[in-house]
Amino acid sequence: MDGSAFDILILGAGPAGISAALTARARGRSVAVLGSDPMRSALARAERIDNYPGLSGMSGWDMLAAMLGDLERQGIPRITGRATAVMPFHGRFMVSAERDVYEAGALILAAGTQQAARPYPGETKLLGRGVSYCATCDGMLYRGRRVAVLGLSAGSEADRDFLKSIGCQVLYFTGTQAKNIEIQGEEKVTGLWVNGEEYAVDGVFVLRDAVAADVLLPGLDMSDGHITVGPDMATSVPGVFAAGDCTGRPYQIARAVGQGNIAALAADRYVKEHEK
Amino acid sequence: MIQELTSENFDQITAAGDVLVDFWAVWCGPCRMQSPIVDEFADKHPDVTVCKVNVDNEPALAARFGVAAIPTLAAFQGGQLTGKKVGLSNLEEIEDMYK
Repeated sequence: MDGSAFDILILGAGPAGISAALTARARGRSVAVLGSDPMRSALARAERIDNYPGLSGMSGWDMLAAMLGDLERQGIPRITGRATAVMPFHGRFMVSAERDVYEAGALILAAGTQQAARPYPGETKLLGRGVSYCATCDGMLYRGRRVAVLGLSAGSEADRDFLKSIGCQVLYFTGTQAKNIEIQGEEKVTGLWVNGEEYAVDGVFVLRDAVAADVLLPGLDMSDGHITVGPDMATSVPGVFAAGDCTGRPYQIARAVGQGNIAALAADRYVKEHEK
Repeated sequence: MIQELTSENFDQITAAGDVLVDFWAVWCGPCRMQSPIVDEFADKHPDVTVCKVNVDNEPALAARFGVAAIPTLAAFQGGQLTGKKVGLSNLEEIEDMYK
């Protein structure tokens, strides 16, 4: 592998992922946190948090900054990016994000609430037939053609600029503009409806903060848009654990942090059992 | 031994027998994950000719087979395209393309 290898790779850099990383590190594991920039998340904009023990009244921004400071002090690498594919391979996992590939013995999914990751009409059917989640992967196949970018996450402008730079004609819609979306096409993408207007395009790049967990890992059990977990935060895929808002309500920091801790301990045990 | 196909040799090499073609590019992370799995398939199935097409160097081949996302795997049997799979595939999924 060209990227880096870790005992445990955590997908998601919010409270659940950070908590899991700190616990994994305390267990002596090599660990990294991969995710979009948490300082651009909804939590970072929370004016005050009143139900986190000992830190009452702190802003979301300050709390996240303090948590990220803990990661830094522990020397835990933080990789800014979006995982676009996960593949189990000989008892380990390969994860791609942007142009890089990482390898890990266990994964912890902690990418936050999955509600925003629900697919648009036509999206799932046309995935790989004009719908793409990865501009750097598939952009070159659309050179000289017209594509739409649904920029639903913080780093989307960079992907838009990349597609323009390689010669795509780009229609760009921000998250607030991208309402009532429907992706058109039978065998391949032919157009996109946005708010009652149709645009003829050959490709649609759907760029969310995180790719839906069951798209990343086909076969992952979900229920009501949440990842199904057992008491030790194990998912239906051996070696994959989950923590935080992606596993269900309430969407609270205290719950996320607690689950991150449990998931890391379980992932540590899993890695230990598979080291033998 | 995995060979790189070009517009010049594509038809000749896919003309007979079982052939697997992996459409890929260097700038594609998931393609680099597909690569060791394709290698493993090649080791396990020496009867299948396993090839790669770099879509960056061969855009005409990518267009000819309607490759809209990579990795894409294409199965040829007796010169006919018999299966196409878009996105990452594991070993079993590749083997299923020849059943």
